[in-house]
Amino acid sequence: MAEMAIKKKRPKNLDLPTIRLPLPGILSIIHRISGAALFLLLPFLLWLFESSLTSAETFASFREVVDHGLVKLILLGLIWFYMHHFCAGIRYLLLDVHIGADLKSAVLSSKVVFGVSIALTLIVGVQVLW
Amino acid sequence: MVNRILVGAHYGLKDWIIQRATAIIMAVYTVIFLVVIGSVGPDSLESWRGVFAGGFMRFATFLFFISLFYHAWIGLRDIWMDYIKPDGLRLLLMIATATVLVGYAGWAIRILWRT
Repeated sequence: MAEMAIKKKRPKNLDLPTIRLPLPGILSIIHRISGAALFLLLPFLLWLFESSLTSAETFASFREVVDHGLVKLILLGLIWFYMHHFCAGIRYLLLDVHIGADLKSAVLSSKVVFGVSIALTLIVGVQVLW
Repeated sequence: MVNRILVGAHYGLKDWIIQRATAIIMAVYTVIFLVVIGSVGPDSLESWRGVFAGGFMRFATFLFFISLFYHAWIGLRDIWMDYIKPDGLRLLLMIATATVLVGYAGWAIRILWRT
């Protein structure tokens, strides 16, 4: 039964230069990459959280680390990853209940996710980091 | 002969639901956290500690962390299942992921209840 389904003839398009990932696809792969990156940086984030709360000395070293320009940039990137994962996740929850599942609204909601997550990143990032 | 198709309904349904439940918990916490931070505006060790000193925020943060680690487990498991084909390596990566996440949970609890 399953084999029959696999053998069914389907249209093929392997003309690589004409294949491009549509916006919802880009959103989807960034959702996965951001999740993986946030997981990989969990020990760094937990360490930051711990030193920000433990004592006056660790709080001072936390401040020093976070005040470094490169760290600020990494944290801004992580805030964007978080906000993208957050917004795209809400979009997926809506898709789960069949809201915005047609092509036109799926493309539109992808644009909204990119716009809102970047705006939130700038608002929160500037408030927290600068 | 057993003719079973292993992609039918209910395989992984539990994880699918937990992934979404933990996502909702984290989303709600994110909003609460941003509102609290926005209104308190912690700029010193004392005020920052004060955010997590109350019973509600401490428990909510604990719930956030547990949701985060379970959510990360399901996401990472999906990634290993999608890209890592050799069974032994996949199993090894799953065990390593679960191990560090359980460790992170212990770490997070220690951070929250030591202060």
